[in-house]
Amino acid sequence: MTDNLLEGAKGDRALDSGYAQPPPRMGFFTDTSVCIGCKACEVACKEWNLIPDDGLALLGMSYDNTGMLGADTWRHVAFIEQDRPLGRQNNAVALMPTGPSASGHTAQVVAAGLGPEHGARLGTETGATRLAPSPDGGPRQPVGADGRTELRWLMASDVCKHCTHAACLDVCPTGSLFRTEFGTVVVQEDICNGCGYCVPACPYGVIDQRKDDGRVWKCTLCYDRMTGSQEPACAKACPTESIQYGPLDDLRERAAHRVAQLHDAGVADARLYGADPDDGVGGTGAFFLLLDEPEVYGFPPDPVVTTRDLPAMWRHTAIAAAAVAATVLAAFAGARR
Amino acid sequence: MSAAPSGSSSGSGAVGSQEAGSEVRRDGLHHVAPGREALIGSRGGRRPGRGGEVVPPAEFRSYYGRAVIKPPVWKAHNIAGYLFLGGVAGGGALLAAGADLTGRPAMRRAARLVSAGATGLSLAVLVVDLGRPRRFVHMLRVVKPTSPMSVGTWLLGGFSPLVAVAALDEVASLLPRRAAELAGLLARPSGLAATAVAPAITTYTGALIANTAVPVWHEAHRELPYLFGASGLAAAGGLVAAASPAREAAPARVAGLAGSVAAQLLDRAVHRRLGMVAEPLTTGRAGRLRRAARVCALAGTALLAASAIRRSRTLDIAGGLALAAESALTKFGYFHAGTASAADPRYTVLPQRERSGG
Amino acid sequence: MAECHPVGFQWVMEAKARGATLIHIDPRLTRTGALADLHVPIRAGTDIALLGGLINHVLSNGLEFREYVVNYTNAATIVSEGFQDTEDLDGLFSGWRDDTSSYSTDSWQYEGVRVASAAGKREQGVKENAREAGERRSYQRHATERGHEHGSHGASLTDLHNLRRDESLAHPRCVFQLLKRHYRRYTPELVARICGIPEELFGQLARAVTENSTRDRTTAWAYAVGWTQHTVGVQYIRAASVLQLLLGNIGRPGGGILALRGHASIQGSTDIPTLYDLLPGYLPMPHPDSHGSLDEYVADDASETGYWGNMRSYAVSLLKAYWGDAATADNDFCFDYLPRITGDHSTYQTVQAQLDGTCKGYFLNGQNPAVGSANARAQRLGMANLDWLVVRDFSLIESATWWKDGPEIESGELRTEDIGTEVFFLPAATHTEKDGSFTNTQRMLQWHHKAVDPPGDARSDLWFWYHLGRRIRAKLAGSTAERDRPILDLNWSYSTSGPHGEPSAEEVLQEINGWRADGSCLSTYEELTDDGSTVCGCWIYCGAYAGGVNQTARRKPHTEQNWVAPEWGWAWPANRRLLYNRASADPQGRPWSERKAYVWWDAGKKKWTGHDVPDFQPTKPPDYRPPEGAKRQDALSGVDPFIMQADGKGWLYVPAGLSGGPLPTHYEPQESPVPNLLYGQRQNPAREVSRRRDVDPYHPSGDDRGSGVFPYVLTTYRLTEHHTAGGMSRWLPYLSELQPEAFCEVSPELAAQVGLSHLGWATIVTARSAIEARVLVTDRMVPVRVHDRIVHQIGLPYHWGRNGITTGDSANDLTHMSRDPDVHIQEVKALTCDIRPGRRPRGPDRRRLVEEYLGRAGITAATGTAHRTTEGHGRAE
Repeated sequence: MTDNLLEGAKGDRALDSGYAQPPPRMGFFTDTSVCIGCKACEVACKEWNLIPDDGLALLGMSYDNTGMLGADTWRHVAFIEQDRPLGRQNNAVALMPTGPSASGHTAQVVAAGLGPEHGARLGTETGATRLAPSPDGGPRQPVGADGRTELRWLMASDVCKHCTHAACLDVCPTGSLFRTEFGTVVVQEDICNGCGYCVPACPYGVIDQRKDDGRVWKCTLCYDRMTGSQEPACAKACPTESIQYGPLDDLRERAAHRVAQLHDAGVADARLYGADPDDGVGGTGAFFLLLDEPEVYGFPPDPVVTTRDLPAMWRHTAIAAAAVAATVLAAFAGARR
Repeated sequence: MSAAPSGSSSGSGAVGSQEAGSEVRRDGLHHVAPGREALIGSRGGRRPGRGGEVVPPAEFRSYYGRAVIKPPVWKAHNIAGYLFLGGVAGGGALLAAGADLTGRPAMRRAARLVSAGATGLSLAVLVVDLGRPRRFVHMLRVVKPTSPMSVGTWLLGGFSPLVAVAALDEVASLLPRRAAELAGLLARPSGLAATAVAPAITTYTGALIANTAVPVWHEAHRELPYLFGASGLAAAGGLVAAASPAREAAPARVAGLAGSVAAQLLDRAVHRRLGMVAEPLTTGRAGRLRRAARVCALAGTALLAASAIRRSRTLDIAGGLALAAESALTKFGYFHAGTASAADPRYTVLPQRERSGG
Repeated sequence: MAECHPVGFQWVMEAKARGATLIHIDPRLTRTGALADLHVPIRAGTDIALLGGLINHVLSNGLEFREYVVNYTNAATIVSEGFQDTEDLDGLFSGWRDDTSSYSTDSWQYEGVRVASAAGKREQGVKENAREAGERRSYQRHATERGHEHGSHGASLTDLHNLRRDESLAHPRCVFQLLKRHYRRYTPELVARICGIPEELFGQLARAVTENSTRDRTTAWAYAVGWTQHTVGVQYIRAASVLQLLLGNIGRPGGGILALRGHASIQGSTDIPTLYDLLPGYLPMPHPDSHGSLDEYVADDASETGYWGNMRSYAVSLLKAYWGDAATADNDFCFDYLPRITGDHSTYQTVQAQLDGTCKGYFLNGQNPAVGSANARAQRLGMANLDWLVVRDFSLIESATWWKDGPEIESGELRTEDIGTEVFFLPAATHTEKDGSFTNTQRMLQWHHKAVDPPGDARSDLWFWYHLGRRIRAKLAGSTAERDRPILDLNWSYSTSGPHGEPSAEEVLQEINGWRADGSCLSTYEELTDDGSTVCGCWIYCGAYAGGVNQTARRKPHTEQNWVAPEWGWAWPANRRLLYNRASADPQGRPWSERKAYVWWDAGKKKWTGHDVPDFQPTKPPDYRPPEGAKRQDALSGVDPFIMQADGKGWLYVPAGLSGGPLPTHYEPQESPVPNLLYGQRQNPAREVSRRRDVDPYHPSGDDRGSGVFPYVLTTYRLTEHHTAGGMSRWLPYLSELQPEAFCEVSPELAAQVGLSHLGWATIVTARSAIEARVLVTDRMVPVRVHDRIVHQIGLPYHWGRNGITTGDSANDLTHMSRDPDVHIQEVKALTCDIRPGRRPRGPDRRRLVEEYLGRAGITAATGTAHRTTEGHGRAE
């Protein structure tokens, strides 16, 4: 009952949101194993949705100069260089006259450049960092016996998850955020008053406020294109079908098959993220096939919609209120004597 | 350049090791597959056991140390300010009603004005902090129990006119006669009615910030309503005590002392339970603010306690302001700790890893 | 390929999904390598050593596709006694001449026949003519002097019946044995020492390629300019051709060598050339000394056998397209109107002419040499020496503003007030703002329709050139001067529309396709005649408008047609999607394998059939043998698949038509950190160099004194996020923000050695200039163990310049103008440099730094310009 009232019921979100005969829930399956990092999704998204550019900052995060999702970036391609193998892929590093890997060190340099804010803001400039030649932790000997032996380059296109239980939608005090008939979550820009409550509420750090505009923005899964029964711009632009759009049920089926396929091929790291309807957000409308732990891509490992704990919060709020009232009564009673 | 031998290779254990592949027969293609089924890294012939396969034990990893979630975009002086003012408003209204019923006109006057003032300021900062202040009214489009901000809006909506009317009675001399009479008539019922929502006004702010993904705030969602309530009471009690003549201020002192002591205990409780997530509370700006809060708490409680024994307006003013300061510092401290915990991916990732047993 | 052709890469992914193994050979691990099964790091500029190693692996292990090789290549052909190999002459082939710094190719010939390539470089003809007053028949002149063989056809052979073959491939002078001997020393061990590819890794690569090249399997090679931009660029591709022919991977589905061109319609700009030495359809530019008449021209260039025997028809139809009714049999179809080629007018020769002051005007159409061409400083100094410069582009590129804010202005080398060049900038329309066709990598013409009107004064190229011509003709109207006839008689009538009089692009395509006397559209080049009754602007494009329908605009989904998708766009020639596809069937006309069936002989219907348009005379049976003295295609047997070649064979060995030699040989790049481990001859002896220490000095190489001053290998390239010289991307915020700053990529090892820090600054120095770039330290760069040392390589994208939203120093300020002798392409994929931490000096100090390097390295005008570096008798060792 309270479950129903607050974080929402399981099952069809659109139906739960009062659509009489909703179309099937639509979503994204982003298969990062075939992503070539061309960033066509980022550009297509900005072109279609008329999103402003968000500044020129060389971030030093491999080829990622976007940084993260934000009000002005609704698709973000992550690049991760690791001294780890990808299945049976052979990058021959072990045979080359190499020294230690730099991937860990460069990541530290970038992190340091981000400062105490940890790049919480989009496209934070890390280029400002100036380091002494070969700083501590940096590669020491040019080439040595203890050379790196592995190399893989992971790429992944991130996007709003369109959660089954969407915190941003739950906490929105104006009803600007709403659930579409396709089960997606969209901001109505003519309603949003920029209270900013949804920003810290999102467990994925997706939705954000556009400074010069005051309102919050995020991926709409190209609601306007969907209503015209076209696929979203990013999926349309993706050359390798890393971004796949369709009815969520079909996508989940396909994804399960794909993981099995990759496991058979020796890519044991392959795993799905957000495909489980029983996870903390009831499964996401945009889910992923990853080749490493979620946090490596900047995803929370086990996100929970905050409103799942809201009943408890209200309970404690009520009790606390009573306690406050009681204390004041007691205070007057005590003070009488 | 790249070489792409098409068709399956003959599985010599070298590059390529699986029998499959499409055929071009006279009648056309066979065994085709969509590009999205490309088996990446399947045929490199990389010899396993070269090390590297085993993912090392769960050391903390992140995407270049970047934040996972977005810290609040709220401005501290607005929203942390409101967390403080809300407590004062609610607590003040309760004390005003008490003073009214127990015949303490001076204290009633002080409490009503403190409460109304705090309420007015609250509304101001809340509107100012909006990205689109003109759209404040959009808050009234819906009533959403899933959104403490929506609930709070309606609470304030009901609360503020009541405390306003009550306060008007205290400044009746400045009003036209008609209005003064009306205020006089409505003051007590309004003041009493306000007490229905006043306690919630002091505590719901805990739920307001706890109902986010911000680690420090959400992890502390059990304690925050109590902590904020107590802290609000301390501030209200302190200010009212400071603004009332010493002979009438006793209940305010007691309320302030009780609130302050409770707040300090709850604050420690939060630390104990949050473990590593509590770090941001003790470090940096938040740490400094909360250490100052503790000092104010000690000073305030000592002074008011002293004044309780030997009634002194001076002690009341000093102690009361100290308690108010404590409350403000605590709320700013928790606000900044939350922002810091949101910015650092460790506080988002590690607890989730533990939870999911990763 | 994923890096520079992400959209095309979807087909590689599809191949992978169908079981293909993807191998990525590159000095850096790129986006392609991220998804490849195997990444093979290599020292830039050593690919011929690698390919030679693979050829040797095939030959020494008997892995060649014997039946294919014997029947479809010239492996069996006997070469004349006079031929001497690089193995005999320490890196030179027989016929080297120091006086011309080129080969005389007499000794390369087949035994018993004479060969002359059928199109190409005429400036060498001048030399020749000057030397010996053309007493020999012209084809002999070419046989002895010609380099440069362009495009779709090979050299012409006379007396084909005299050609001697030994199908047992045992004859010591047959091409097969020559190959064996030539590549004998290209062992895995040598590959490791030259390319830095460990033997184990090479073995893995060699196995993957050969095991996958059989009757049942084929292997494809894809390359981009990383293969072409070398002083041996043409020989890179030749080496791949030799390997693919030996493995039977040409003309078969899933095989081939795929040239990923630089950008949209670059293929088109060679078919209907913007090149100085070609006419449309790879017809050679006529030559003043020997081409007084059409007959001479044709006699000179048409081979007597093979499809190129029809050259007269192609030429006459072209002349009719140019001069319409004015072109008649009586006036030799206005052959005299054609300009005659008088020398090398390639890009880099033109720059030198500008520096010399002999070239006074320059048109730049969508080209940005101030950023995109090798030795950009020389390019700018050249432009500063012009009378006038016209830049047509849609952004204000550096080539249009160098005179006020170029690097030379900053360094004080140039002062704006001293520059006499009058610069015109004319805004141009983009492809979305005009109708037209693209011809891309796969020779496919695809029509694009105008989506929006060009803004402001921006106009299409077609508009510009049509109206420029119209105005010139108006000025000349009524002139009786002989020299004005070619312009006044031009067929220059295209219907225009719109407020600005935009000419109809479709009418231009119709003219290119051509029409018959009755005005109906031609449907294939087989219909072309030499009597002036047909008009055709480009014979290989004939059929693009067959039946009066714009075939290039077809967009039928692949789901609605067969898998070759013949109704998607239109591919030249004759809508064939796979060239020389006769080779996909065995000599008897049966598919080599039923799982690789493409075209085959239908004995019942007595014709060739299959999935694609057969690249063969449709009804010529496999058992056809040419009668004595047969001409043109009739001189080729029913077995010979390479119908544009005079002998119908794929050429493992090229008896004429190349300047650099009949067989690809490993030479070090113009600038190399190591000596040539194979020969005393270091670089390609026939390469072109400029002797200008002031603008284009070269580094000492190998172990020469001063070579240590520039110890690192530099390779330039582009990123997915930007487009070549940036004119199309650096002005777009959405693209600029994705790669916002110029950077270089270095390995952790090099970073530690030099003291470079991630995201810090580095200054990269060559004898040409010094630039600065941010540093990305990445595991994707690895050092290579080469010869007796470890070589570090530096990756440097070349997009940036001083204009636009994202700016930075231009990589091409560092590169030099040494060139391949056949196609005059620059070597920007492999050179040497030095790198140091920190930003480059500002103002005049920048030149001072470079001069200091020149001094330290002891660089003179002569440094690195020696053509021959060996005595050439036997190997020196």
